[in-house]
Amino acid sequence: MNERNESIHGVACTFRKPADVYHAAEKVRDAGWKYWDVHSAYPIHGLDQAMGMPRSKVPRLTLLGGVTGFITGCLLTWYMNSYDYPLVVGGKPFWSPIFPFPVMYECTILFAAFGTFFGQFILNRLPQHHHPLFDLPQFARTSDDSFMIVLEARDSKFHLDESRNFLLSLGGQEITVIRD
Amino acid sequence: MAHAPDHSSERPAILDKVNPAELPRAKLILNDRSFHWITDKVCGIVEEPTPLWWKVLFTVALFVASFTGAGLLYLVSTGTGTWGLRSPIGWGWAIVNFVFWVGIGHAGTLISAILCLLRQKWRTSINRAAEAMTIFAVMCAGIFPLFHVGRVWFAWWLFPLPNQNGIWPQFRSPLEWDVFAVSTYFTVSTLFWYMGMVPDFGTIRDRATTWWRKAFYSVLAMGWRGGNRQWSNMEMAYLLLAGLSTPLVLSVHTIVSFDFAVSNVPGWHTTIFPPYFVAGAIFSGFAMVLTLMLPLRAIYRLHDVINQYHIDNMCKIILATGTMVGYAYGTEFFIAAYSGNSYEKFAFINRAFGQYAWAYWIMVSCNVITPQLFWFKKIRENHSLVWIICLFVNVGMWFERFVITVTSLANDYLPSSWGYYSPTIVDIFTFFGTFGFFSVLFLLFVRFFPLLPMAELKMVSPHSDIHNH
Repeated sequence: MNERNESIHGVACTFRKPADVYHAAEKVRDAGWKYWDVHSAYPIHGLDQAMGMPRSKVPRLTLLGGVTGFITGCLLTWYMNSYDYPLVVGGKPFWSPIFPFPVMYECTILFAAFGTFFGQFILNRLPQHHHPLFDLPQFARTSDDSFMIVLEARDSKFHLDESRNFLLSLGGQEITVIRD
Repeated sequence: MAHAPDHSSERPAILDKVNPAELPRAKLILNDRSFHWITDKVCGIVEEPTPLWWKVLFTVALFVASFTGAGLLYLVSTGTGTWGLRSPIGWGWAIVNFVFWVGIGHAGTLISAILCLLRQKWRTSINRAAEAMTIFAVMCAGIFPLFHVGRVWFAWWLFPLPNQNGIWPQFRSPLEWDVFAVSTYFTVSTLFWYMGMVPDFGTIRDRATTWWRKAFYSVLAMGWRGGNRQWSNMEMAYLLLAGLSTPLVLSVHTIVSFDFAVSNVPGWHTTIFPPYFVAGAIFSGFAMVLTLMLPLRAIYRLHDVINQYHIDNMCKIILATGTMVGYAYGTEFFIAAYSGNSYEKFAFINRAFGQYAWAYWIMVSCNVITPQLFWFKKIRENHSLVWIICLFVNVGMWFERFVITVTSLANDYLPSSWGYYSPTIVDIFTFFGTFGFFSVLFLLFVRFFPLLPMAELKMVSPHSDIHNH
């Protein structure tokens, strides 16, 4: 293992063009890095593949939400109109899957949307208002028109000087050490 | 053919003579604007000192909104009898205004969700404002059924919450379906809108120079860092919410139309209502988007990001949906004639030539005739005219709901129980004020939130192309 300074979060470098950061990301991926990220003001098309990232897990939470919602809709209408206070309307069955279908449908969508919305924030570990990156002066520009690659210290490949040189070889500018 | 490679025998010779044509693609962002220009333009709206026009309009909007406040205060302290509702017309302006405002909202979801699934990149310039419009329009819509229940302090009985009577909502009623549809619609639209804004809040936060602005937008941005691992989840979530909003928006106006179609009143009890209502909703909503965006485009000089291509597209959608609505009016007449049902036949002849014929012909001229002007390029390029036509569409769509609601109730089966509905001053105050209420919210949105989605605009900019050096 390499010597690691616990107070270092990682090293960062900036790029000016999306094409440059894209090709640099491919090289970081090929070098076998695990804990690293590319910061940009918009999602760069195809960067997921260039970084070798797996597919997002948000759809699983959406499905979970949707199934929960559908079951909730079924139970809600059955319990309220058929079990707890059976309502006689036109001599029809107290509950059937047909008449409250709009309710079940809307509950499915509502809960699936909750699964998606909260799932996205949970998977992204947000809200998180304190992060070492926010102390970096050049980080602010990544939400405007600059791009940044961050190699994190917790990766087993991380070595301060080597990683700095690696970023330099990728064509990165303003190479900076991020402290916790 | 001398220059042809060896395998020329495998390919038809004609290919060597054909120069593949460059397909012209409409530019979404004119003048080759940079990422930084987009950031400056959109953040500039939030960062600049409050302009005078904004203060004036905001004051006027607050004043107009107070009419709704006054109308509702009088209604609650006196009773729903102060509205013009009399037997046999139990649904008057309240439901008309409700359907009108909900319909307006639909274009926002169409732009943000359906056009997203259809990969219509031009939506990015207008989707944020259109989504805001959706949310505020649904808030305006909600006022009417909420107060129409009479004793508004019992309105929570509409929701499946335990109450002291031990009675639950009755799920066979389309009105109860509506409660679920509209509240789900409001919630999901708000989540979708907010989630799309998080990265843009991050941009405003990163540029903030004052303490309060930094704090305000930091909270809203939730610590967004724009790492691609975050973007990947965000994009997936955005796509999924678009996929969820699409069946949702179609179901909302379908269920609104069920309020009418499930009853046995002549002129209401028809299967055409769901598609007809959805087309009408999109029609009116796009007219409202243009009504709002054309002045904003002029004030903030957004001509490079909302260009003629965007306006053309919206005009064409208005033309298409307006024609669908006109077709539906015709179909209604045909089916009434073909049904052999004398009440149904009477309902439609009465609409066109009866005591509300004036309203019917306002509806037809505004909804069917005026949008046909959008066939002409010259008219689509004349933005003042586009704005005026959109106002006509808004008026026409309000009258459509009025015609549907009132004519059928005023003259149904028994001539002995026919009536004539007119609104009272309380009705008029309440409805007039909702335009102020809507404007107050929309002006606050324009002033404090990112008006255009910066991240999405950057995504469709030619500068984002990684193959373009």
